[in-house]
Amino acid sequence: MVRDGGIVIEIRFHGRGGQGAVIASELLAQAAFLEGKHPQSFPFFGVERRGAPVTAYTRIDDKPISVRTSITTPDVVVVLDAGLMRTIDVMAGLKRDGLLLVNSERIPDRIDKSFTGRIAAVDATAIALSQGLGDRATPIVNTAILGALARASGVVSINNVVKAIVNHVPAKREGNALAAILAYRQVKTLEAVIL
Amino acid sequence: MTTTRAEHHDAKAGGHTTAYETEEDLPEAPVASVPSDVIHTASWRTFRPVIALAKCTKCYVCWKFCPDVAIAIDGDGWPVIRLDYCKGCGICAEECKPLAIEMVKED
Amino acid sequence: MVQEVISGNYAQSYAAKLARVQVVSAYPITPQTSIVERIAEFVAAGELRAEYIKVESEHSAMQACISAAALGARTYTATSSQGLLLMHELLHWAAGARAPVVMGVVNRAVAPPWSIWTDHADTISQRDTGWIQFYCESNQEVLDTTLLAFRLAEHADVLLPAMITEDAFFLSHTVEPVDIPSQEQVDEFLPPRVTKMAIRPGTIGRLGSFTGPDLYMEFRHKIAQAMERSADLFLEIEDDYERLTGRNHGGPLPTYQVDDADAVLITMGTATTTARAVVDAMRARGKKVGLAKLRAFRPFPVREIRQLGARVDRIGVLDRSFTFGAAGAAFTEVVGALYGSRHRPRVRDFVAGIGGRDITPQAVDEMFTALLKDRGPEVDWVGLKHRLEVNRRG
Repeated sequence: MVRDGGIVIEIRFHGRGGQGAVIASELLAQAAFLEGKHPQSFPFFGVERRGAPVTAYTRIDDKPISVRTSITTPDVVVVLDAGLMRTIDVMAGLKRDGLLLVNSERIPDRIDKSFTGRIAAVDATAIALSQGLGDRATPIVNTAILGALARASGVVSINNVVKAIVNHVPAKREGNALAAILAYRQVKTLEAVIL
Repeated sequence: MTTTRAEHHDAKAGGHTTAYETEEDLPEAPVASVPSDVIHTASWRTFRPVIALAKCTKCYVCWKFCPDVAIAIDGDGWPVIRLDYCKGCGICAEECKPLAIEMVKED
Repeated sequence: MVQEVISGNYAQSYAAKLARVQVVSAYPITPQTSIVERIAEFVAAGELRAEYIKVESEHSAMQACISAAALGARTYTATSSQGLLLMHELLHWAAGARAPVVMGVVNRAVAPPWSIWTDHADTISQRDTGWIQFYCESNQEVLDTTLLAFRLAEHADVLLPAMITEDAFFLSHTVEPVDIPSQEQVDEFLPPRVTKMAIRPGTIGRLGSFTGPDLYMEFRHKIAQAMERSADLFLEIEDDYERLTGRNHGGPLPTYQVDDADAVLITMGTATTTARAVVDAMRARGKKVGLAKLRAFRPFPVREIRQLGARVDRIGVLDRSFTFGAAGAAFTEVVGALYGSRHRPRVRDFVAGIGGRDITPQAVDEMFTALLKDRGPEVDWVGLKHRLEVNRRG
């Protein structure tokens, strides 16, 4: 889903505190930088505690980014914890032809009838646990999700995702890199109109 | 820029005086080269603490409570009032548990 | 020189490290914490040879920094909001003691109500303390300005503390590409501190001694003179930095598209980035608008403001704080600077972004439109959920 002409791409991440949503947005920025693009990523913090909903954002552009406002109409929404979808409108502002990527065993039914974009799903939790990243209560799914994002969106290459992980993740680099690659292979995407 | 002659008279230091002609003569930071202990604050005193060593248990509560660091501990571990700096506030007498300190009027 | 994708906070940490600071004393507070955490990591790893003094409050942190700086050490600290307010007494002390402490402040709203989001109330309310103050728009500017601040603060003709601010979350926690100068470049730009110390080890000195009405006023006048001298020195130092790194952020009031502008907005901090994009968008629609970034708040760039006022008829000032009972501080000082000018433009105050409320491109567009149409009150709170008018007395 790469846009031509170098239009800025805006991605919003939804997670719970401790799952690595903020790191995911920063790693995406690092990967985009390796691609030669201009990134900007930032979190929106509510109360800082484990389990609280966390939102993080990344902008990617071919030229230096000239805005510093919140992202209200993202092109891509990434959900690290499917349970959040019961309480948070994760699709708020998502462009109608955008991409929704969810950490889930199966592709969720289309939540919003007006959404005509694409929905992708990957069991990032299982992949993360298979690599010993986090635990059942709080699996650290961010690196897996990024691998899936690379495949589903085409916004960054898997090579640069892996490089970003190796350069910036402080521990379990191999496990995290492998998680990204596994998710890259396993993610499934469908057009919303088909669902 | 001031051109009037300004004198900084440190009275307690025995008439030590530094004269500045203009602002330019002043150091950038307000630093005095005279230490503060040349000022003997004892002149405020009306009552003087007297320690009865026979009752003193060397608990050092008086030393701890003195707000002016005007109690020293001598070589044998006894508290000693530093009469150059003691202002006679009476806190040591108030706090002394063995009641070993009495406030005596200065003559 | 290397390019890395880092946060505004880490930009401060790297600047302190490159500056080879000798003493750091700080207390954590959201959203400053990662600045000093990173510095602590540098020290622990042996990458920065500095004394990191752990203290129990921001008040003690500033006290430790004043003592270190007064004795000749290159000194750094960082704080935000409530922490800065707790330091307030000692901010006066640092300037009065002529201790060139450099401090990063993450602009965060002040309580109550309790807020962790950005506005400028914390540092604006310190504008009387004698500190040099810079407001930054990008992480690059944060890093560069921190390095500039060390050299300016420690200059023998200045010897004043300096604070560098960055908007909470918009810069502190936002990662973006930053050119990081090499250690060699910074060593050339910022040699080890060689200044007359207030008190030399081995001598007796009493800093801040009791002074009567016969001398106090002269000491304070010296601070005023030093602050005045710092304005031109800042320009020289920034030229020097440009020679080394190729970057110059344009002095105390860089302008954009003001030459033929019918209306100009003066902004501080990250709102500048958004405003610049709006200028471009409006120019494309044929509206002649421009922008001036108020980068240095202390010393206030009176000369540059008057130069701006001489060529423009309408000026809007975007204040990200408000002085109750008066108006936004930037507006008040702009008006004060312009009062003595022959040509006096119409000046308006736009109060926006308080407590982290987003300053949107639409809001900035509305500000410019109101300026161009000469419509609206003199002081306008923009973006309130319920419209209110602040009545100007007189």
